[in-house]
Amino acid sequence: MKRILRLVFLSVVFISFTNLTAQPRDMAEIKGDAYIPLYGKDSALIKVSDFYMDVYPVTNADYLKFVNNHEKWRKSKVIALFADQSYLANWQDDSTFKPDVRPDSPVTYVSWYAAKAYCEDKGKRLPTIDEWEYVAMADKKVKDARSIKAYTDYILSWYEKPKTYNNTVGSTFKNYWGVYDLHGLVWEWTSDFNAIIMGGESRNPTSDNNLFCGSSAIGASDKMNYAAFIRYALRGSLKAKMALKNLGFRCVKDK
Amino acid sequence: MNKLVILLVFFALAACKSDSKADKTSQKSTTGTTYVCPMHCEGEKTYTETGSCPICKMDLVRIAELDTKEKNENEEISGSSIFNLTSKWKTQNDKTIQLKDLRGQTLVMVMIYTSCDAACPRLVADMRNIENKLPKSILPKVDFVFVSIDPETDTPEKLKQFAKDNLMDDNRHIFLQGSMDGVREFANVLSVKYSKISPIDFSHSNIISVFSPNGELVHQQEGLGVDYDNTVRAVKNTVK
Repeated sequence: MKRILRLVFLSVVFISFTNLTAQPRDMAEIKGDAYIPLYGKDSALIKVSDFYMDVYPVTNADYLKFVNNHEKWRKSKVIALFADQSYLANWQDDSTFKPDVRPDSPVTYVSWYAAKAYCEDKGKRLPTIDEWEYVAMADKKVKDARSIKAYTDYILSWYEKPKTYNNTVGSTFKNYWGVYDLHGLVWEWTSDFNAIIMGGESRNPTSDNNLFCGSSAIGASDKMNYAAFIRYALRGSLKAKMALKNLGFRCVKDK
Repeated sequence: MNKLVILLVFFALAACKSDSKADKTSQKSTTGTTYVCPMHCEGEKTYTETGSCPICKMDLVRIAELDTKEKNENEEISGSSIFNLTSKWKTQNDKTIQLKDLRGQTLVMVMIYTSCDAACPRLVADMRNIENKLPKSILPKVDFVFVSIDPETDTPEKLKQFAKDNLMDDNRHIFLQGSMDGVREFANVLSVKYSKISPIDFSHSNIISVFSPNGELVHQQEGLGVDYDNTVRAVKNTVK
């Protein structure tokens, strides 16, 4: 009898313990901190709170399950407000991929609205630019590898590699936080990508918007960080309903 | 022969039309006319005379008119309409609405924030100039909508004050406070970019957008103090 009681007690303790430290499945715990992103508010420190991030980008197979349950996001049903013509362009129809598309490759050709809806359906959300960049500045060993040449070289060499979106998730390195594929597979949506302003505030309507590269570089806190610069430039050129071949997403969750 | 058939059909249709008209007038005379607030501020409370709602001050509408309006609203909206958005907003009168509640009016929309002293006053002036250039006759069919990009600061009270300060506190000018998420989404619909640069300041693109009564984007002007003629023309074209 005593033994049973003890067993019950132990299992209760065990269960509550695992609950307390429960980590959402397939998510990595990110300890927040303050850091200086490429573009800050006057290059000031940005505070990132603790959160969880998906270990892998969302795959074609994951996304198929989602559209099976949510008719409005099917390839044939999605409305023009939420996605352009290329939405799921590498899928044959609502439920089959084209022959060369692998189920465990990251889903691409998804709009910002679609990515947002997917994350919300899972009780998650899209990461902010600051959160994404915070996790992505880690290499295998350290939290902030931005000053390490090998890290920047790796990212830049990926930008030159063609068709990495055909690779499967998990095929790049696992970073300090246990997160894969932030660099080397696909670009990823962020919740506030439209906070990147290339034209600048049009205080002077005659100013030439084509000069954005120059004015943006002046705002950059680390002019050496060319790799990150390209990411910000891409975000600045996106529109929410665009669905691009090499743009996928992953979700995060508040702690 | 063919011509005759067409003629007959035409007459039949014309007859139908005048029949239904006669029906309506007879109905009116028997039931009397009742009026109701279009926003249903007091639930289903009805009035026997025209006037304005004591709560939201909107003009009361005849019940029959409301019926046909609501019937129109059941028609399908297109896939590119902003009325597909389900986010909820608060007006300067603290009323909760969805964008589709604005259906039926041509919408001239802009995103601003009330503590802004650089570009926003000029954007508001641009909105006023567009309004001034429109013929008086079509103004009742146009709403001017100001969406705050700073929903944390811009409460309905703040927006109300802002509306008053700009002499825009009436039915035709709608000021909206959304959720952080709703605002981000709406900005994406308008292709407006914005970013908080300090606790009280934002940088943002200066875009005025015109939507048809069914919520489709028909025109955008970007920049401050640009030529309004195209925008004014776009508004006129959407009003039937």
